[in-house]
This record gives sequence, structure tokens and C-alpha cells, in this order.
Amino acid sequence: MKLAVMGAGDVGRAVVDLADEYGHTVSAFADSTSAVVDPDGIDVDAALKHKDSVGRVGEGDPADALGAEYDALVEATPTTLGDAHPGFEHVRAALETDRHVVLANKGPVAERYDDLRALEADSAGSIRFEATVAGAIPALSTIDGIGAERVTAARGVLNGTANFILTRMATDGLDYEHVLAEAQDLGVAEADPTFDVEGTDAALKCAILANVIHGGGYSLADVDVEGITDVPPSALELAAEDGRTVRLIGEVTEDGARVGPRLVPENHTLAVSGTMNIVQLETEHAGRLNLSGRGAGGPETATAVLGDVNRLE
Amino acid sequence: MSEADDRAHTLRLELVDEPGELLRALSPIADNGGNLLSIFHERGSLTPRGHIPVEVDLECSPERFEHIVDALRDAGVTIIQADSERYGEALSVLLVGDLVDTDLSDTLAELEGCGSATVADFSLTTEKGTEGVSSARVRLAIEAGSTERALEQVRDVAAQKDLSVVEPLVGEL
Ligand SMILES: NC(=O)c1ccc[n+]([C@@H]2O[C@H](COP(=O)([O-])OP(=O)(O)OC[C@H]3O[C@@H](n4cnc5c(N)ncnc54)[C@H](OP(=O)(O)O)[C@@H]3O)[C@@H](O)[C@H]2O)c1
Repeated sequence: MKLAVMGAGDVGRAVVDLADEYGHTVSAFADSTSAVVDPDGIDVDAALKHKDSVGRVGEGDPADALGAEYDALVEATPTTLGDAHPGFEHVRAALETDRHVVLANKGPVAERYDDLRALEADSAGSIRFEATVAGAIPALSTIDGIGAERVTAARGVLNGTANFILTRMATDGLDYEHVLAEAQDLGVAEADPTFDVEGTDAALKCAILANVIHGGGYSLADVDVEGITDVPPSALELAAEDGRTVRLIGEVTEDGARVGPRLVPENHTLAVSGTMNIVQLETEHAGRLNLSGRGAGGPETATAVLGDVNRLE
Repeated sequence: MSEADDRAHTLRLELVDEPGELLRALSPIADNGGNLLSIFHERGSLTPRGHIPVEVDLECSPERFEHIVDALRDAGVTIIQADSERYGEALSVLLVGDLVDTDLSDTLAELEGCGSATVADFSLTTEKGTEGVSSARVRLAIEAGSTERALEQVRDVAAQKDLSVVEPLVGEL
């Protein structure tokens, strides 16, 4: 397949880097200010070098990428709330011209799911978005395999940054600010960690899971969200005295979707450590399924993206 | 006088330190056909609310045991834990906030306000260097099927007192 990759951050770069290994050609690649287009396949190494040296992937206009020849658009621009701009417009442009779309960007799927499905219904192209929930973990294709109507609940640790902070606080008795600074030094937390520690990122993933399981109707506003900034070390100590710990858990049930710090036994399946993620599915005929692994990272997320591309064929 | 479906049961009660209290707690057991095996009256130790914990072992059918539990509640005796499935549920929560200034003993009493939960265990820690903030771990013993109701109560009390709650995963208590 010919891919148009929108976004040249960790995810976009890893997708163009691995596309060839998966048997695909990158015919367009764009960042916020530039694009490089070639129907026979762009020179990936040159584009990445160009990005490293001058901050742009090429010399074309970003809009050129949308007008290029491609079979599937990979949406890896920043996740934004509300109208999910510019990701949503990119998806629209692709579907309206009957091309497929694979998203890593959570914004359109969490905030405008019903609009996306409506565009898809009028298009010969289809959408996939495995990478939007828990990175490399095949949560959505597992739900797809079971049949969404037979999945009665989903819960899990959906944000590696918050999980890293809680794990460090609990094991070393350190306070939130201290661990956050450390996480920023390690590159585990962004300079602005709000999305992660206030639960927004996990809530977007819950909205996506809820949309998939309940057939639409959810956005961020429908998720009850609480972050980890109010959890002091003393609460973690009390939990530990009792063989328990605290994890930021996202949960989708028939009653709705919520994200918040929850008390779990220390050796509980959901009490994964560090930046690990886990998704637990409750199914009608097959009991519980637990899928754990890396929830973020360029190559990890690209693995989910390219897996989706392969499923389009 | 053991019967085929008789089983051993343990009741943990909480008594006020007054004369006649123990007798008041034991008569509903005998009156409803419970066969008393042992009574452990921990005079020295006190529950978080300053009451005396008493553990009673008895033998009777599950059905009679239900009647005994009902009769005890009717008599106003606080049951911390009963081993039958009916009371077999427990729930731990963490509360964080200004627990001391918002009247801790009132908070604990309020947590039992839904009538189907009792505070079985309680620990408090004060945060170093953070004025006013403390954390508590509360274990509630709950009637079977009332977990959601008890949790609602915890949320309400916490909201009233501006405390934050770390809830357990229900079904994973
Ligand atoms: N990183 C992960 O592990 C992970 C996991 C799952 C999902 N995701 C999602 O995947 C998406 C990409 O993540 P990331 O970590 O790669 O983000 P990132 O590092 O912030 O990169 C975003 C890229 O999008 C480009 N961009 C911004 N506006 C654009 C526009 N209008 N047209 C074309 N390109 C535009 C940016 O251009 P400039 O380079 O010019 O600024 C940048 O290259 C996000 O939505 C994220 O939430 C990420």
C-alpha cells in the first residue's frame, strides 16, 4: 500500500522507518510546516535527516501530502480536544476521496467518533485506530475478534506516565513533585504533564473503548475523570501496610466510563509497574482476558499502526 | 443437640462498656437457637470508636444464623463481622484530606450511615510537611449485595467533607 503519513514526531517517524519492512511504500510525509511527496516512494532516510537538520521533512507545503497519491492516510499529528483539529480534517479529506485512514491520534476517535463513522459510511475507505488505545497492546483487535457486543467491561492501566509516578512513589516513599521531576528527566513525562497526571489521556482512551464497546456516543465529557495529583505518599504507605497499592485505572462498564486512582491488591493483575500498560477485558463467554505491554513509544505505536494497515488489505 | 445442617459461625461484635451489655448481646443468640461455643471478651483492647470487641463462636443452621444476626441488629448490637455470606463482604478505601479538622469520629460514624456497613478497621497517617493533609485507610464490613450502597455513602461523606477517596475496584476488594 501507498501511505501518506501526517506527523513526523515519534510515531510518524517510526511508521515511515518501518513501513518498508511491512511491505508498504511511503508516498507522502508531512509535519506542521512541510511535506515531501513522491508517488514511487519518498527517500525515507533523506526525509528523516532533513527533519533532524532543519526541522522540516521536505520543502513542499503540508497540504501537498493530502493531495498526493496514496491508499491509506496515517494520522499521527498531535491529539487535540473538542473539534480534534487538524487530525479530523485530515481524516475527512482521506475518506471523502475514498481512501483508508489509520489513526494514532486519539482526538478524532475520542471526541468525534460518530462524525468519523458517518464519514466512513459514505466512503469506500475505512478507518482503524488500534494505536490510540494502549500503544502496542492489541486491545481493539482483540475486542473485534471477540465481538464488541460480547465484551461486557474493559478496565486497565492506560497511561504509562501516571503509572510510573505511582509506582515510584509507592516503592520509594517519594512525593509527587519529586517523582514527576525525575520522570521528566528520564523522558517518561512531558514538560507539561497535565494530560497524563490529570487523567485526560487515560480518559480519551476510555472514551475510545466505550465507543467501540457501546457502538458510539462517547466523548471526553462523558468520562468521569480524576487524576493522581491528590494522592500523597502517606496514602500509598497505608495501602502498602495492607498489601495494597494505588493505580490510575480506566474503566468502561455498562454504567459508563471513568478514570481515577483505585486501590488494588499489590499482586493484582492490574497492578503493573513502571510505564507498563494493561487492558483487561470482561467477556460474556470467555471470562477475563488480560493484555499487557508497552503502551507508548515510537516503534511500539508504529507496530500497532502498521498492523492496522495490514488489516486493511 | 447438633443437627445435620449445623455449622460453626463466628460473630465479631462491638459492645459499649456498660453492665449488662454482654448479656444483652448473648440473649438473642440463645433465644434463636444458637449453640454458644465460646466467648472471647477482649476487655483490654478497644475498637477505633472506643468500644469493646467481643468474638462469639456458635453453632447453628445457616437459616438460624440469619435470624440471630437480625435479632442482634434489632437489639441495637453492632456487628463488625459475621462469617455468613450475608455479611461476608468487606471493602477498603483510602480517604485523603483534612481528616482531623473535619471531625474524624463523625466521619467514621457517617460512613456507617447507610445501615449496611460497619467500620471494621481504621488507620490514620498525617502527611509530613503538608499542613492539614492526612490519609486514612478504612475497612468496612458490608452486608452482601450492599457494596455499591456502601460506596455511595463513602462518596457522599467524602464530598461533604471535601475529602478525596481512592476507591477499590469493585469485584476486586
Ligand atoms: N508517542 C506515543 O507513544 C503515542 C502512542 C499512542 C498514540 N500517540 C498519538 O499519536 C500522535 C503522534 O504522537 P507523537 O508522539 O509522534 O507526537 P509529536 O511528537 O508531538 O509529533 C506530532 C507531529 O505532528 C506534526 N503536525 C502538527 N500539526 C500538523 C499538521 N497540521 N499537519 C501535519 N503534521 C502536523 C508535528 O509537526 P512538527 O514536527 O513540525 O512540530 C509533529 O511532527 C499523537 O496524537 C499522540 O497522541 C502517541
